[in-house]
Amino acid sequence: MIDYNQILNIPPYSYRKKEKEDFLTAILGELTKHHYQKSPLYKRMMDTLNFNPEAVIKSYQNIPFLPVSLFKELDLKSINDDEIFKTMTSSGTTGQAVSKIYLDKETASHQQKTLVKIVSNFTGSSRMPMLIIDCSSVIKNRAMFSARGAGILGFSIFGANKTYALDDDMNLNLEVIEAFLEKHQGKPIFVFGFTFMIWQHFYKELKKQNIRIDLSQGILIHGGGWKKLKNEAVSPQAFKECLNDVCGITKVHDYYGMVEQTGCIYMECEEGHLHASIFSDIITRRPIDFTPCDIGETGIIEVVSILPKSYPGHILLTEDEGVILGEDDCPCGRLGKYFGIHGRLKNAEIRGCSDTYESQK
Amino acid sequence: MTNIEKYIQSFTAAFDIEAEQCEGLEYQGIETWDSVGHMGLIAELEDVFDIMMDTDDIIDFSSFEKGKEILGKYDVEF
Repeated sequence: MIDYNQILNIPPYSYRKKEKEDFLTAILGELTKHHYQKSPLYKRMMDTLNFNPEAVIKSYQNIPFLPVSLFKELDLKSINDDEIFKTMTSSGTTGQAVSKIYLDKETASHQQKTLVKIVSNFTGSSRMPMLIIDCSSVIKNRAMFSARGAGILGFSIFGANKTYALDDDMNLNLEVIEAFLEKHQGKPIFVFGFTFMIWQHFYKELKKQNIRIDLSQGILIHGGGWKKLKNEAVSPQAFKECLNDVCGITKVHDYYGMVEQTGCIYMECEEGHLHASIFSDIITRRPIDFTPCDIGETGIIEVVSILPKSYPGHILLTEDEGVILGEDDCPCGRLGKYFGIHGRLKNAEIRGCSDTYESQK
Repeated sequence: MTNIEKYIQSFTAAFDIEAEQCEGLEYQGIETWDSVGHMGLIAELEDVFDIMMDTDDIIDFSSFEKGKEILGKYDVEF
């Protein structure tokens, strides 16, 4: 049995390469056995691949991955239907299938706890007034969350006096924002939103209306991908500079994560690198034969997470391309791998948080 | 209003339940006390008692009973 309560108390960036590999191999091996026993579909796939979860696993890198798109085609779960507590859905444009991720109470609770451990490493443990760059209607359907709703809700725990900066038509709610800022003048403020929403509905609007607000005490965490902004040729650096220009914010952290492995996000550090915590890891693989890439070599990203217990999503091959920049030696001091994302694989299905939004328009 | 009355009222408001249902209630025990409802409850309590809870306490706030113990840390006595 995996003792999550104990594991979640380990500082998230405290293991060096060897220690982390042994730790992940043990837990992911256990999880593989668990899913093999509980999910007939998973068992069938492992059997087809001739993979025996009972055999000695030398490294978690050798456990077969599932392509992330499989969660769109199949109902993959390792729990009974009456144990389903929440179903999360990924983004997907109209006509595309969406991933369905089935959570029981245990897995849902571990996701939230893990998120707290990772994010508070960057924000500190005290909560701050929170400004959400989105509209409140995204969390309306409580039993069925979109990636956007789940993100907002998960991060809400770091905030107090939560305020939504946009109205339901995605217009900037200036009156509300100004009242919020006045109330919390001089205090650190937590700002959260999705990269594209922030650009489109916050930055561009402030710029257009020639309004400057003061978020110099703020810390912004944003995620959801750069695909749409790449089309507009906005680089991460330009994103930071432009935001600083309209609201004076200096602390800006991107994160990489996906609904299939909620909780285990990869936060961008002060050096601009995305970091893997001890609760998860990334492997880059060569498209030609799926062998692991070297440091500095671009490949397809595989993500592993110790959290997925109610569904067999612990080892997934994403549709993203990226590069591992180093391990255990980032100048920010955090141990583990650090990496960058190049974007979506060519010809991969269009997918990303901001694309969900497109389907609603 | 006494602290216990305020405490119960926060639950009834956050979860749309009757006061009699509060005793013995646990996180995820009723449909409305899910992760959304949980943050709603925390907001209610912080408002009524004029406190700001730590993230760890929000996570540990797993039942009606446990919550009283946690609020003790913020000098809310029952």
